Amino acid sequence: MRIINDPDPLIRVEELTKRYKEVTAVDGLSFAVNHGELFGFLGPNGAGKTTTISLLTGLARPDSGAIRIAGRECAKNPKAAQHLIGVVPDESNLYPELSGYDNLCFCAALYGMRQAERQMRARELLEVFGLEGAADRKFAGYSKGMKRKLTIAAGIIHRPPILFLDEPTTGIDVASARQIRQLIADLHRAGTTIFLTTHYIEEAERLCERIAFVVQGRIVEIDSVVNLLQPVRQRRAMLITVSGSVEGLCNHLAGAYPQFTFQAASADQVRVESSDTISIGPLVRSIEDQGGEVIEARRLRPSLEDVFVRITGIDLDAMKKEKGGGGQ
Amino acid sequence: MNQWIAFWSIMFKDVRAYYLKPPNVSWGLIFPVAWTGMFFIRSGRGLDSVLDLLPGVVAISVLFGTTSMLAVTVTFEKKNRSFDRLLLAPIPLSLLMLAKTSGAILFGVFNAFVPILLAQFLTDLSRIAWMTVLPAVLLVAIASTFLGLFIAVSVSEVFEAQTFSNFFRFPMIFLCGLFFPISALPAFLRPLAFALPLTYGVDILRQGILGQSMLPTGLNLMILIGFCLALFIVSLRNVHRKWIV
Repeated sequence: MRIINDPDPLIRVEELTKRYKEVTAVDGLSFAVNHGELFGFLGPNGAGKTTTISLLTGLARPDSGAIRIAGRECAKNPKAAQHLIGVVPDESNLYPELSGYDNLCFCAALYGMRQAERQMRARELLEVFGLEGAADRKFAGYSKGMKRKLTIAAGIIHRPPILFLDEPTTGIDVASARQIRQLIADLHRAGTTIFLTTHYIEEAERLCERIAFVVQGRIVEIDSVVNLLQPVRQRRAMLITVSGSVEGLCNHLAGAYPQFTFQAASADQVRVESSDTISIGPLVRSIEDQGGEVIEARRLRPSLEDVFVRITGIDLDAMKKEKGGGGQ
Repeated sequence: MNQWIAFWSIMFKDVRAYYLKPPNVSWGLIFPVAWTGMFFIRSGRGLDSVLDLLPGVVAISVLFGTTSMLAVTVTFEKKNRSFDRLLLAPIPLSLLMLAKTSGAILFGVFNAFVPILLAQFLTDLSRIAWMTVLPAVLLVAIASTFLGLFIAVSVSEVFEAQTFSNFFRFPMIFLCGLFFPISALPAFLRPLAFALPLTYGVDILRQGILGQSMLPTGLNLMILIGFCLALFIVSLRNVHRKWIV
């Protein structure tokens, strides 16, 4: 585990606020990201994640608040730290009419890299991302996963010490998402400070050291993953799938087992939680007494999802469906 | 960091990706030829009219070539968010916009020489004062390109860029002294003619090609440079105000 309380964080944000007419997209955000940290910014659509990245990278102007990146004041002078940052936007935005190789060389040139260096770096990244076979194909002809990988490659072409990743695995196939997560982990191990926004909780839990939960432009909780998981670590949970509807079943079970909490997880699933051991036998019998049949009973590992739901009260299923799935 | 590497790369990328595409090259060739032919036939004076028509045709070729391409490409890049890549690059906004417009300026200068090359085969160009014509062509290309930039920054859709371009371009054909003198315009339209940059560019071209102009060349150059600066500064402010919100 890295140092959490860095006295001189690489990114420091204080009371950052951004309004678009009547809507407050970012509402008084304050946080810090330490050197070499992989920091997660987790929240549903419309939480202000992309706006925050736009503000930090100079694509948007804050209404108030302070942004310091590597000691440079960036709220008023966004160009001050742009040479230190790489940005991977939520949508692949490279040039459709250029080949993958030419796109990378062009992005390298934007950061002042000389021709020989940018050509070498472009070839190196195409190989790392497994795109060498498509180097000469136009970007417009790439698949979604390939586009995403090349967009990440473009974001790191100039070897930035700070990388902003906006929903990097949204809307792509499982294999590509897994590969991208591995690449993010590798970049982190190599010392890159990463600011990652996502609405995939498992992804954030797997990759990040610290996470901020963001809802409606505000941070509702910020801590290390270990600390966030602490309250649910002692809890035991089980998911029971029954034939037929669980309507009324939860109330019956709650009356019979007051030491457990029961919650309808879906139309045919009951979630059982307790701080004690949950024995499945008596529960199965009680369900059968009510005319139901247990199809499956599965122990659940305490996860960040539980913490997120507990803190924000947000419906996770709805959040996962927001951007069309993929990624997990 | 060498910011000029970024500058040249943006310019060469645009030239390669947009301006050297066959449809655009053919637009640069066909359009001036079509306009020359139209006014050539209308004049009814045979080959004698070629030199008289040349300043207007050169100016219109530059105007249409630069404004249509720049307004559309910038709006397209803004729309698909690839323009954000440029805004994220660690180079000053002014240098970025100069790089973005330099390809269009070159395309405009190329367009200007298409009618001049054609005229070479039809009339005697030995009396042309090239030292007057060349800066005029360059300044008309710069002013037209910056007008295209102003249009691009003012709209959000590609089709709006086309429509808004025509809002400026077509009145200019008739108001700026391209094919008939400003003195022939109704009195109430003349002030409008002097509010348009192309009027001064055409006047310098007329001086260089025909040896006659309304205003002294030095004054025309200064006014045209003023238009270029004003359009560029207003466009930069608009980029700052509208695109980095």
